[in-house]
Amino acid sequence: MSSTPMLPPRPPIDFDTPVMRFHRSRRKVTNIVVSGLAILATVIVIAPLVAILVYLLYKGASSLNFNFFTKIPAPVGEEGGGMANSIVGSGIILVLASLMGIPIGIAAGVYLSEFGRGKFLANAIRFTADVLNGVPSIVMGIAIYSLIVMRQKHFSAFAGGVALAIMMVPTITRTTEEMLSTVPHAIREAALGLGVPKWRTVLSVSLRTASPGIITGCMLAFARVAGETAPLLFTAFGNQFWSVKLNEPIGALPLQIYVYAISPYDEWHRLAWAGSLVLIVMIMVSVTLVRVFASRGALKGGN
Amino acid sequence: MGVGIQVQDLNAWYGSTHTLQDINLHIPANHATALIGPSGCGKSTFVRCLNRMHETNPIARATGVVKMGELDIYKDASPVEIRRRIGMVFQRPNPFPTMSIYDNVASGLKLNGFRNRRIIDETVERSLKQAALWEEVKDDLKKKSGASLSGGQQQRMCIARALAVDPEVLLMDEPASALDPVSTSKIEDLIFQLKSQYTIVIVTHNMQQAARVAENTGFFLNGKMVEFDSTHKIFTNPRDKRTEDYITGRFG
Repeated sequence: MSSTPMLPPRPPIDFDTPVMRFHRSRRKVTNIVVSGLAILATVIVIAPLVAILVYLLYKGASSLNFNFFTKIPAPVGEEGGGMANSIVGSGIILVLASLMGIPIGIAAGVYLSEFGRGKFLANAIRFTADVLNGVPSIVMGIAIYSLIVMRQKHFSAFAGGVALAIMMVPTITRTTEEMLSTVPHAIREAALGLGVPKWRTVLSVSLRTASPGIITGCMLAFARVAGETAPLLFTAFGNQFWSVKLNEPIGALPLQIYVYAISPYDEWHRLAWAGSLVLIVMIMVSVTLVRVFASRGALKGGN
Repeated sequence: MGVGIQVQDLNAWYGSTHTLQDINLHIPANHATALIGPSGCGKSTFVRCLNRMHETNPIARATGVVKMGELDIYKDASPVEIRRRIGMVFQRPNPFPTMSIYDNVASGLKLNGFRNRRIIDETVERSLKQAALWEEVKDDLKKKSGASLSGGQQQRMCIARALAVDPEVLLMDEPASALDPVSTSKIEDLIFQLKSQYTIVIVTHNMQQAARVAENTGFFLNGKMVEFDSTHKIFTNPRDKRTEDYITGRFG
């Protein structure tokens, strides 16, 4: 039945010649050198981050006290005062920005990956998102200033939230698209084959499977805008007094740090350092909380 | 209960490639029907046309009439409805990786908005028993991910998942080709038991498998159905020379 011709017998191969031994040890050395370079690169990347954190702790921790978290800024010449209004203000602006930016960003990513493949509109959106990602943040502030602040004739927390939301969208859209495209086609077919409508397949199967990556994207976008100062200068504007109203100027940590850091007073410089420390810790805590929360529902043996 | 399928003048294309040409076929209710033929002959495309999965590919298109009982599936029903009533098991096990075993089996009900917990519980248990997997997984139904099972268990879970939405027809596209012989024989036993309740269409490369499980067998070649007859007739006394060449291993 089989018509495969017999192959001639194969000559034995000697794996222990000097050349082969040389190549074996060369590969070992290459392995060690490249591993070492990778570790070195990691250290070079991590070291400045750690240095910044340590320096912030050194400069800012001493000014952190109860008042810092409960009092509003003190007038020039008075001792004490805190950044309570800016901490709350930053929180409000970021929640606002996330509530607007994350749903829009994910929805656009879903369109790009699941519905718009190869369509002109999808290519246009993808191009716009990439360009938007590169727009300097000060330009975003000016754009929102002319679109919202000029029309309302006053600065507002809402305008600040919109500016940050627009900055979040491109990152979230592109990560959502990338992550959805890594979901195997077989999994979508499994859902469709059960008589599940396409919209439901996208929501409950594709998005759910891609969710760890999408959450990472949202966190990256969040962390990026949390420290933005420029887009808030002409929108949220900053506020030396208590305000939690969305249609009034509101304090924000980056703005307060900016104001204090360029001031001529040593006391304010110290408060600026403390504010920076609080800002970084706030970002780290919220990112960690989301990670812990997201991984709680994970099952044994899943991936 | 299963229901028969009548196929008339079915043609299918991927882009400009004419993958299926003038297929006419009657698949009887409550029987297993095997489809054999070399790779790329159109067997998979054919079964994907039966539950309208073919059209999920944007470049694919099909013409002709496919009737399930009296229902013209391309005219009288939506693809979503058809895919619920004609279940499908794929070549490679495709569990939902983020879902537990329980949720995998319940997914067809839950994702269609079904909410009655008691009925879902009963359906999951019954479907897993039908797929001969219940005893192996009953203790960690909700703890383990569907993706943590072995390949053979995953495929039986996928069969349970397809059975849970109560289909009338079950399409199996080489369901055992990625599995070891033990898992394969379990799947074959399963097909044997399931055909009293469902109409089964099974694509296979394994001719012994076709001979073991199916009453009828169709032989596909280059997008055409060369011969369709009782399995016994196909394997002992085929009418067409090409069928004989294929089953005796002279090509393919």
